[in-house]
Amino acid sequence: MSHEGILLFLIAVLPFAGALLPGLMIRAGRTASAVSTAVPTLMALVMLCILAPAVLRGEVVQAQIDWLPQLGLSASFFLDGLGLLFAGMILGVGLLITLYARFYLSGDDPVGQFYTYLLLFQGAMLGIVISDNILLLLIFWELTSLSSFLLIGYWKHLPEGRQGARMALAVTGAGGLAMIGGMLILGNIVGSYNLTDILQAGDAIRASEWYLPALILILLGAFTKSAQFPFHFWLPHAMAAPTPVSAYLHSATMVKAGVFLMARMWPALAGTDAWFYIVATIGLITMVVGALIALFKDDLKALLAFSTVSHLGLLTMLLGFGTEAAAVAAVFHIINHLTFKAALFMTAGIVDHETHTRDIKRLGGLRHLMPITFLIGTVAALSMAGIPLFNGFLSKEMMLEEASHTDWYGSAYAVPVLATIGALLSVAYSFRFVGHVFLGPKRDDYPQTPHDPPFGMWAAPALLVVLVIAIGVAPFLAEGIVTAAASAVTGADLHPHLKIWHGVTPALWMSVAAIAGGALLLMLHRQLDRIWIAAPRPEAKAIFDRFVAGLVVASRWITEVTHNGAISRYLAIFTVTSVLLGFIAYSSSGLSAPTRDLLGVPLVIAVGWVMLVVATVSIVVMHHHRFRALTLLGIIGLSISAGFAYLSAPDLALTQISVETVTIMLLLLALHFLPKVTPKESPIGLRVRDGIIALTAGGGVSALAYAFLMRDIETISDYHIANSYEGGGGTNVVNVILVDFRGYDTYGEIIVLGIAGFVIYALMRALLDGPAAQRLKNTDYSQDRSRDRHPLMMVVVTRILMPIALVVGLYIFLRGHNQPGGGFVAGLVVAIALLMQYMASGFAWTQERKKIEYHTMIGLGVVVAGATGAGAWLAGQPFLTSAYTYVHLPPIEEFELATAMLFDLGVFLTVLGAVMLMLYSLSRIARFAGETVNVAPMDYDPGAQVAEEEAER
Amino acid sequence: MELIVATTVGVLTAGGVYLLLRLRTFPVILGLALLSYAVNVFLFASGRLAIDQSPILSKYGEATYTDPLPQALVLTAIVISFGMTAVLVMIGLGAYLEAESDRVDIEPETPDANDQGERT
Repeated sequence: MSHEGILLFLIAVLPFAGALLPGLMIRAGRTASAVSTAVPTLMALVMLCILAPAVLRGEVVQAQIDWLPQLGLSASFFLDGLGLLFAGMILGVGLLITLYARFYLSGDDPVGQFYTYLLLFQGAMLGIVISDNILLLLIFWELTSLSSFLLIGYWKHLPEGRQGARMALAVTGAGGLAMIGGMLILGNIVGSYNLTDILQAGDAIRASEWYLPALILILLGAFTKSAQFPFHFWLPHAMAAPTPVSAYLHSATMVKAGVFLMARMWPALAGTDAWFYIVATIGLITMVVGALIALFKDDLKALLAFSTVSHLGLLTMLLGFGTEAAAVAAVFHIINHLTFKAALFMTAGIVDHETHTRDIKRLGGLRHLMPITFLIGTVAALSMAGIPLFNGFLSKEMMLEEASHTDWYGSAYAVPVLATIGALLSVAYSFRFVGHVFLGPKRDDYPQTPHDPPFGMWAAPALLVVLVIAIGVAPFLAEGIVTAAASAVTGADLHPHLKIWHGVTPALWMSVAAIAGGALLLMLHRQLDRIWIAAPRPEAKAIFDRFVAGLVVASRWITEVTHNGAISRYLAIFTVTSVLLGFIAYSSSGLSAPTRDLLGVPLVIAVGWVMLVVATVSIVVMHHHRFRALTLLGIIGLSISAGFAYLSAPDLALTQISVETVTIMLLLLALHFLPKVTPKESPIGLRVRDGIIALTAGGGVSALAYAFLMRDIETISDYHIANSYEGGGGTNVVNVILVDFRGYDTYGEIIVLGIAGFVIYALMRALLDGPAAQRLKNTDYSQDRSRDRHPLMMVVVTRILMPIALVVGLYIFLRGHNQPGGGFVAGLVVAIALLMQYMASGFAWTQERKKIEYHTMIGLGVVVAGATGAGAWLAGQPFLTSAYTYVHLPPIEEFELATAMLFDLGVFLTVLGAVMLMLYSLSRIARFAGETVNVAPMDYDPGAQVAEEEAER
Repeated sequence: MELIVATTVGVLTAGGVYLLLRLRTFPVILGLALLSYAVNVFLFASGRLAIDQSPILSKYGEATYTDPLPQALVLTAIVISFGMTAVLVMIGLGAYLEAESDRVDIEPETPDANDQGERT
């Protein structure tokens, strides 16, 4: 990446990295916090200045880091004229706002939070303007919504602040969602998510049949963000934010994001009728409506908010015109609007700060008390009104010039007349801002007697006002950046000349009419205001609240219908949907012809199948008798193991049969403490309903299984079969897959099993520490107990079986790599052998003879398996690569030693430990239930009796 | 044979789902066990059926083998489903001992069922 590219990356990263600072620095005071906010901003600004000359020459700075290139995801940034303009605005105004906020916020406000949010927002905003990947842009877009939510709701104690923040988030967030759709369509049309590619492919995009949906979705995002009619209502409510936030977000940056997006997408989307009629019309309406409402707002910030809406409409309209001259005017007005509007917001903030009111009707005559603020506010307001020698005049003239020769649906007058009216209203509210706040007689009923604020507070707006005059008098100062930005917007090589005097043009007459009419309107304001207040107007907030309430009702209804907490409903919805989807897939695309023949069914298998079906049906019918149901479950499990054995899966058969045994033991142990019968309480209707759900699910699964059983499939198993012996050193492919090819999976699975063991142990401990322990002690289980609890025959048989079972377990373990068997099965077999001792001689007797804790065993197993895998690293191989060798030790025949066996040992230990821990936990409960502790291995011990008799003799 | 396996999966699923929908913990555990069987057999069957073709490599010449991969996956699935059943049994047992009731659904004791639902 080039030197410039790295700088660009740093610019993108700095605000986010810097956001950590102010929150920490606040401990050192507000000034330290403000300085730590200014430093990253300033650094980014300096870097931007380093890049600026190249960009102004028309070069584009690029930086890219691939993330998932297959999906077109990369962190790529680029900086062209438009990006430079916006980045400069974001960082420059950010710096001024940092200074202003330091003096504006009071000592009670959490200033550290404020600056952190501010930097987060600044980073998100910068990300939008320099992203080269539209998916990345979308992420930053959403981040601005989120961070502005935090900023607008900064004064958490104010309900208006919270409501305004929610409304802003809902509206801009919804627009952002629409935009995601539009951007994805765009990316699909072009085949790339890179902005540079998309901007090149304008013709293909406009020709695509997906152009209109994409356009509308993207514009929804832009319009909501930039508060265009009819989404304009959120912006005034967001004015509940502290004034620095309003000045930053709602004049300079966030609301311009929509305008920026339209400008950015201009080469790709503009130039069609659809673009003109949607964008220009909405812009025009917004401009006039916003200006009209602004004139009648008494709240200073509300007035400015609606004036911002109006000016954003103006910008949107200019971009909607789709001509190059209009684009130049738009870019120029973006700069001018930023300077005077940010200054005005700060002025309003100062007035509010000093007089403790923002109500215009309670103000007036402030010029005597706050001369500096008066000067700043007046210059900025005159610029907003479009008075010559201030910068607002220049871009407004260009706008009127463009409007004067724009036809709208065959009418040559619609646009010019409405644009003039918009300008006229703008003059009126600008004059009102000056006239009703600063001019007029000095009053004696201000909530607090004002005076000019300290220098730090008026420095920022003063600097902006200097820019207003400088550009207004010498417009060529802005020519460089306007040229670069407008060229970037249009994609053409433009050389605009910004000047004050254009000669006697229609625009000049429109301007004169606007200024004269505006002044006249202000004189009539008192009368008009009365009519305005009396007239019925739609209240946007009420409509929005009703809409949200409706949504809440609808989503609550959906939630209650689908998520009522009853599993039957979830299962019903899930079953019906899956079966339906399966059926649609089946009936729409059809099924290829079967490629396999049916295998024959021997009699034994048929009998087994009948047993299984009968047992299942019986469980369903007789599940109220729990013990009987458990026996039937055993039949099913055994039938399935027999099926596995028949269908060439000896390993599965072995596993199933041993798991079956321990499962039944476990359930038996649990059943001891549970009621022995399930009461019949489901009404018949419920049972029919459940039956239908069950049969639908069963039928669907059956059909699916049958469908794929009759068809062949491409399998990756050939690789495993081919490499099992050479690569894994074993002939039992299933075992080699478990301990070698997919050893990672197995490793994860034994860990899960170990965790399950510990969970059960923990549950048992928690249970025995709680009220359940008392209940267990007080419950009488004696009638369930056998009178001969440790029968002689059973004790003797299990003792004899113990070594045999252990040898069988060892045998199964050792042969596992080449013949059916392995760690899983061996672990289960040994577990069963041990369990039999518990059953025969009781818990306490066996526990005394246990040498290793089961917890240790689980841990040991996982460690052994993991260490075996890690051992491969020593040989420079990836994790879990196995090695093996053949050893010849006379007199035993040649046998194999593989590291996989060590891994299998880990599996064995974990399985054994987990199974034993589970059953041990259940038996612990038995001891609490008043089970006697036996010290002898059996109740009636003939050996002991013989010894007794001999002693007597 | 294919029909046998397919119907087995279906019957086990239907039985499992029906028992899952019962109101007491024990039948629900049984239902889950049945459903585990069904899922295991289903996964196993995805390797297609074969007789006398165990995936144990033969030393003597060419032989065909059934698909070993589903078998390996099902083997661990069997063991894991045991672990899951065991945890469920313990939870069910604990719930019964703590609450003296083994119902799985919410009992609407008061007329205001919603309120009850939030507390339980």
